[in-house]
Amino acid sequence: MKLLSGLAATLFALAIWQAIVSATGLPKFILPGPALVAETWWQNRWIIAEHTWVTAVEVIIGLACGTVLGVVTALQLANSRAARVLVQPMLVFTQALPVFALAPLLTLWLGYGLWSKVAMAVLIIYFPITSSFFDGLMRTPPGYLDLARTMQASRRAMLWHIRIPAALPSLASGMRLAAVYAPIGAVIGEWVGSSQGLGYLMLLANGRAKTDLMFAAMLTLGVFSILLDMVVRRATAGIAGEMR
Amino acid sequence: MTPAPDLTVRGSAAIGDALLFAPLTLTLAAGRWTCLLGGSGVGKTTILRLIAGLDTGAEFTGQIRASDGQSVRERVAYMAQDDLLLPRATVAQNVLLGARLRGEKPDLRRCDQLIERMRLQDHMAKKPGELSGGQRQRVALARTLMEDRPIVLLDEPFSALDARTRADMQDLAAEALQDRTVLLVTHDPGEAARLGQSIVVMTQNGITPCQPPHATAPRKVDDLETLETQGALLRLLREEAA
Ligand SMILES: Nc1ncnc2c1ncn2[C@@H]1O[C@H](COP(=O)(O)OP(=O)(O)OP(=O)(O)O)[C@@H](O)[C@H]1O
Ligand SMILES: [Mg+2]
Repeated sequence: MKLLSGLAATLFALAIWQAIVSATGLPKFILPGPALVAETWWQNRWIIAEHTWVTAVEVIIGLACGTVLGVVTALQLANSRAARVLVQPMLVFTQALPVFALAPLLTLWLGYGLWSKVAMAVLIIYFPITSSFFDGLMRTPPGYLDLARTMQASRRAMLWHIRIPAALPSLASGMRLAAVYAPIGAVIGEWVGSSQGLGYLMLLANGRAKTDLMFAAMLTLGVFSILLDMVVRRATAGIAGEMR
Repeated sequence: MTPAPDLTVRGSAAIGDALLFAPLTLTLAAGRWTCLLGGSGVGKTTILRLIAGLDTGAEFTGQIRASDGQSVRERVAYMAQDDLLLPRATVAQNVLLGARLRGEKPDLRRCDQLIERMRLQDHMAKKPGELSGGQRQRVALARTLMEDRPIVLLDEPFSALDARTRADMQDLAAEALQDRTVLLVTHDPGEAARLGQSIVVMTQNGITPCQPPHATAPRKVDDLETLETQGALLRLLREEAA
């Protein structure tokens, strides 16, 4: 049923796309139709696959590093008042900076390869992960904390057995946000400077007026993002149950 | 476990400049059930939390002492209105929570015995989400008993249950906590009349002791004197409110 409705929505979108192409009669280097894009995609499938692989590696490493960093930061913040006083304003400030503006700097520092893109992805997901997990850690239902106190729990035991489990659903929602943002980060990194990846391919195709190839790369990125979102949803489903 | 001591709360509490309750003396007799009744907001939960050493919104002036001179807050078990079971842990793990939090070796045999006593043996491996309200409440009671503390504080623990389950839980708790110093905060005059070996009504001006029925607690639900006491307590509560 879900598959069927997804299929219906896809067909509907394709129909609208085709209708716009037919109605406006725009040349194919401005707006290629679905059939042409599909054909181009098939002809270039190995090239696209190669670039997709590059982007996927950047995104997955970025996601992993960003999650670990975010989780560690949130735990430190939750555990120490000093960390909250010193670090929290800094976090909020860095969040106010447009991460995109940092991309050229990252490329300068980390080079054209994998790591500048990983760093972009990490930067873009670090804050959502940190803040959602931290919020979860600070919003443990007070009754549980009282119970643990009357049981003479140490701070450490309370964190480990009560607060972290209670914060897992928040972490899960942070990770879902991260799964959506991470590909954006990687692609922006690729736009600023790279010789591989879907972002690079899009830019290249655009520069050569191969709009059909650009569309093919873009749609591949979209499909990849959806798949990633599904995987992360499934992976976090087990920890997403609320504590009431 | 040390033998259950007498417990005395003597003092007053204020929230900001406003007095929450005037100086009062509440004595909990060793090894007996004291039921504390009173209108909403008079400070029943506050007293209970003060005894447990938990944060309250009020500033307390006075003292809370056990007759044997030892620390109070380290010897309480606390059962709140909400069962507060960990949703990801099984029934058995929930019952063993205290040991786990203190990093002690869990007493599995005792845990099994308690679970059996609460008639939960068929549910040991289940998660709280798979249990009924009454079953969850029994897990919470088993967890409270597992702590094996001489002083037990109960804050409206059965108020969310239907009448039948509530009566069952009252019987179970009364039997299981026989020799402890118990403070039961309740809204329900019927509950106080069934369980109280001493019954007190709290108002802003202090604490009024009431005569509990003569039968041994837990009293039968249709025991005449218990029903009379229930009526008398309700009348008293309504007069206080007026
Ligand atoms: N954390 C807090 N900060 C400020 N005021 C509080 C706080 N907790 C409770 N109060 C106030 O203290 C008063 C007594 O609260 P308490 O919870 O002890 O009442 P109670 O007798 O248990 O009432 P109920 O029967 O409704 O549970 C109330 O007026 C309440 O508004
Ligand atoms: Mg209360």
